[in-house]
Amino acid sequence: MEKAHFYHALKVVEKACIGCTHCMNVCPTSAIRVKNGIADINKNACVDCGECLNSCPVNAIIVEQDDFSQIFHYKQRVALLPTVLLGQFPDDISEKQIYSVILELGFTHVYEVDETADILTEVTKTYMQKHHQERPFISSFCPAIVRLIQVKFPALVEHIIHLKPVIDISAIFYREKLKNEGFSDDEVGIFYVTPCAAKIAAVKSPVGEDKSFIDGVINMDFIYNKVLLSIKQNKSKELKYELNKHISRRSIGWTLTNGEASQYSGRCLAIDEIHNVIEVLEKLENEEITDVDFVELRACDHSCAGGVLTTENRFLAIERLRKRADWYHRNKPIILEPKEIEEYRPYLLENISIKSIEPRSILSLDTDMMEAMKKMEKINRILKVLPSIDCGACGAPRCQALAEDVVQGKAKMTQCVFLQKMLTKEGLITPQESFDISENTWGVKRFEKKNINDH
Amino acid sequence: MVFTFCIEGGNFSKAGSASSEVKKILKQLNVDSKIIKRTVVSLYEAEVNVVAHAFDGDMIVEIFPDKIAVRIEDKGPGIPDIDKAMEKGFSTATPKVREMGFGAGMGLPNIKKNSDEMNISSKVNVGTKLEIVNYLK
Repeated sequence: MEKAHFYHALKVVEKACIGCTHCMNVCPTSAIRVKNGIADINKNACVDCGECLNSCPVNAIIVEQDDFSQIFHYKQRVALLPTVLLGQFPDDISEKQIYSVILELGFTHVYEVDETADILTEVTKTYMQKHHQERPFISSFCPAIVRLIQVKFPALVEHIIHLKPVIDISAIFYREKLKNEGFSDDEVGIFYVTPCAAKIAAVKSPVGEDKSFIDGVINMDFIYNKVLLSIKQNKSKELKYELNKHISRRSIGWTLTNGEASQYSGRCLAIDEIHNVIEVLEKLENEEITDVDFVELRACDHSCAGGVLTTENRFLAIERLRKRADWYHRNKPIILEPKEIEEYRPYLLENISIKSIEPRSILSLDTDMMEAMKKMEKINRILKVLPSIDCGACGAPRCQALAEDVVQGKAKMTQCVFLQKMLTKEGLITPQESFDISENTWGVKRFEKKNINDH
Repeated sequence: MVFTFCIEGGNFSKAGSASSEVKKILKQLNVDSKIIKRTVVSLYEAEVNVVAHAFDGDMIVEIFPDKIAVRIEDKGPGIPDIDKAMEKGFSTATPKVREMGFGAGMGLPNIKKNSDEMNISSKVNVGTKLEIVNYLK
């Protein structure tokens, strides 16, 4: 069940926003308008990709996170880490140190989510054989992409593999494991350390699930700062964590580009960065690309290493992760017992499916086609008088967007600065009226008199 | 509502742009996504046919409350034997065109498969007219 209201982790800090249009112009779903001098995000259209955050010159767009102290509401506190976290730290900081500090922060267990990639890969192979008529298969890995397909490519929704991503599988595994150790459901708190905004939104309003398997989300840059601070100040007295595990190369590479696509046979494509993804989805939808078996699509440049909450340069982070994977591959620590997760395999397989992913197109002008046709005719008429230079001075990213907003009753044609000038010249609106309209779009502050000599 | 798009013969880099535009329009009109898909796939094939074989052409899209009717008219060599062209795998495309991933001989059969009605008429050395109708209900 999807909630009518979509939770978004990306928030505009109104005090900081200068209404500069950078975010409005880069938003891949045209979800942003400038109103009263402040960026306004349309909740139905936003897919939490984070492009706006990256483009903001004044850090006015932030990723809202849960209060850290909430972890102490639970007796058992599990930190689910993305593998990219380990790529953020300088080489002289060891895995053991990082894990130990995270435990010191108050967690009782640390687990890397991508460790369940092995199970997911196997299940995906069977899934693709069983549902072969649904080719090309689209990975459900990236929540921003799942949402992008829902809002912009509704015809492709059925091609999304209806299997849970590793983050959910890991959460289900760990909860069940702790339950078997004798803890009750409300004693167990599972927290995901996220490299991006989309994963938070996926936890807060999951697609195709009734409720999330995760109790809270912590931003990766927060953990990064805590860990570095503790190590630099030599706070940790002893290394709490015993390193006695083995992570496969597949798991470590899972969140990097080609992490999934390299696992399957047939023709597999790996595409990262949301605009690249949109280009490929257009082609898939037109069946210009046929004969593809599997597509891995990630919203961030260089996949999760480029997430908005990463701190390290993505190329350096990727290099470090590759080294880490090679190390595990070469120096396989002797593991006498089979991996614990194997005991849970049947349970996980039972719970691995996603119920349904519903399309929710943002493109249609009206649910009634006759109304939509009327609106489209109006839009085309309006476009004839707009300058079609997409200057953004009306507070909408393109002339087309303004025309659509006007027809939907969300904007006025006179917001166009070109029309304002023409109407003023012809005496149809007064200069004061024109000024008032601009103040409505850009806020009163934007038009305060400034002295060139002021500092 | 009527929309007209020009198709430039021989320019494969632009092949598909008219059908993509039609797709955008149909999405805005809240047409069922399965019908959009069928329509766009058939239009894409038709568009590529014009690019691959003709000098230039027009795609005229008419949208009615109950159907989408598209005419694709080109000036070009025409099709001497339409029945033959309708056969799966039959193609007159040059090896160069095939290397670009086109010309597998699935064009017309695929259009037929993805449309409710299809009419084709052609005059050798004059051009080809193709009509595609997809019903909305």
